[in-house]
This record gives sequence, C-alpha cells and structure tokens, in this order.
Amino acid sequence: MADEVRVRIDGDADLVTARAEGRAMAERLGFPRPDPTLIATAISEIARNIVVHAGRGEIILEPFEDANRYGIVVTAVDDGPGIRDVEAALRDDVSGRGGLGLGLPGARRLMDDFELESDAETGTTVTMRKWRFRDELARLREERRRRA
Amino acid sequence: MSVAILRQGDVLIASIQSDLSDTEVIDLRHELAVLVGRYRVHGIVIDVGALDVIDSFVTRALRAIVLTARLRGADTVIVGIAPDVAIAMVQFRLNLEPLRVALDLDEALAMLNRLNQRGAEDGG
Repeated sequence: MADEVRVRIDGDADLVTARAEGRAMAERLGFPRPDPTLIATAISEIARNIVVHAGRGEIILEPFEDANRYGIVVTAVDDGPGIRDVEAALRDDVSGRGGLGLGLPGARRLMDDFELESDAETGTTVTMRKWRFRDELARLREERRRRA
Repeated sequence: MSVAILRQGDVLIASIQSDLSDTEVIDLRHELAVLVGRYRVHGIVIDVGALDVIDSFVTRALRAIVLTARLRGADTVIVGIAPDVAIAMVQFRLNLEPLRVALDLDEALAMLNRLNQRGAEDGG
C-alpha cells in the first residue's frame, strides 16, 4: 500500500520512532483521542518485544478500510528464536525473560484485534489492528452481522 | 540528556523534556539515586508530562526509581500524567503501586512537605 510506513528496530532508541510514526498515522487516519495514545503504547510493547527477544526486526504500519470501518494495521516481524509458549506469553503476570509478561497482554487490551504467530524457524510475527466504524449505522450493522 | 534536573531547597525536580528511550529512563534512575545523596534532598518530583506513552517498561522503571530513592532516604511524587496516557494505562491495566501521583508541581511539593513533616515527627 502506498502509505505504508516501515520502521527498522535495531535497539531501544528505535521504539521512540516507532511510537511517533504510529501516533502520526493514527492521527492522519482520523482516530479521535485517546486512540492515538493507545495505539502508540501497544506499538511500544511489541517493538520492545523485538528488541528483548530477537535483537532486531521491523514494525510495519498500514491503513486499512472495508465497507464499515477504517483503521490501522500494525505488524511486528522478527526472525529471532521465537516464543516457545505463545499462550503463556499472552497470559497476564508471566515473568518471562526480560520481564515480558505484562507487555503483550496489555498491548492486546489496547487494540481491537491481536494475533501472534511464532516458531523457532521463522521467528515471531505480531499483527494487531484498531479500527473505527464509519458511522453509527455501520457499527449497528456490524454488531448485527456478528450476532447472526 | 532529555531530562532537566534542578534542585529547589530540599527537593529535586526532574522534568522530562521529550519522549525517552528505555536507556534514557534507566539512566535517569541512576542519576537521581546519585543526586539524592549529593544534594541531601528528601524529596523528588518527576514531571512525566512530556511522555507520550507510559508503557509497562516505563511503569516498572518509575517504580524502581521510587524504591531506589526510598533506600537513599527520599520520597518521590510523579506529576503531569497526560489525560490520554492515564486512559491508556488503565486500559492496559498497569499497576502504579507504590507510586505517589499529583496533578501538578505545587500539589507534589505540598505532598512531599507533609511526608517530610510526618517523618520528622515519627523520628522525634
């Protein structure tokens, strides 16, 4: 997509850039407050996860839209050793290496959608999305569709 | 460093000037621990108003700063948590215990004053 933004993550200083880019895109897309802050906070956590567990990787920010919604997709990719127990990493209060545990479950709570794929061969990919419904009608339509 | 630290009487005031990297947050902890001893202050105010994001790492680091300063004989009050940041912290379920928080600098200084007085009474 044309307005995709990629941020290389090689160390903790890059988290500052990733947060700022995420906030800027969220504001550009029209997210109202406090959503840009929630998105920046979630990005901070998954970017730190890259630094602590893989050393380097990338954060990719992309807008998305469908008939009822507009929003942002954030992807964190690394080719590190992978997370052995994905379920445990997403549970609260697990004290993993480098004090993970709080980070990923917290990021999940800040976003609407959160997926984590990980294995020792290919590394870890976190994909998370946050969206807004275009209008109240679209929101109700979506809710009804979900219930059906 | 993107933190201005000044001393006002018995208190150190650390104003964070811009978003900080993790390394800078850790540096701040060390610097405050040293300065508490050098200036023999009994209180620290940390203004986090310039932080766009307070995530799990920053929360842990602030807690570590508070506990470290406590061992060096100083109480710490955090001020200036922005409204959006406060909302994000609640939704994240970040636990701020045992941080003391005030809305602004005046309130923080009053809070430290009370703590200091109580300490002096307990001591005497």
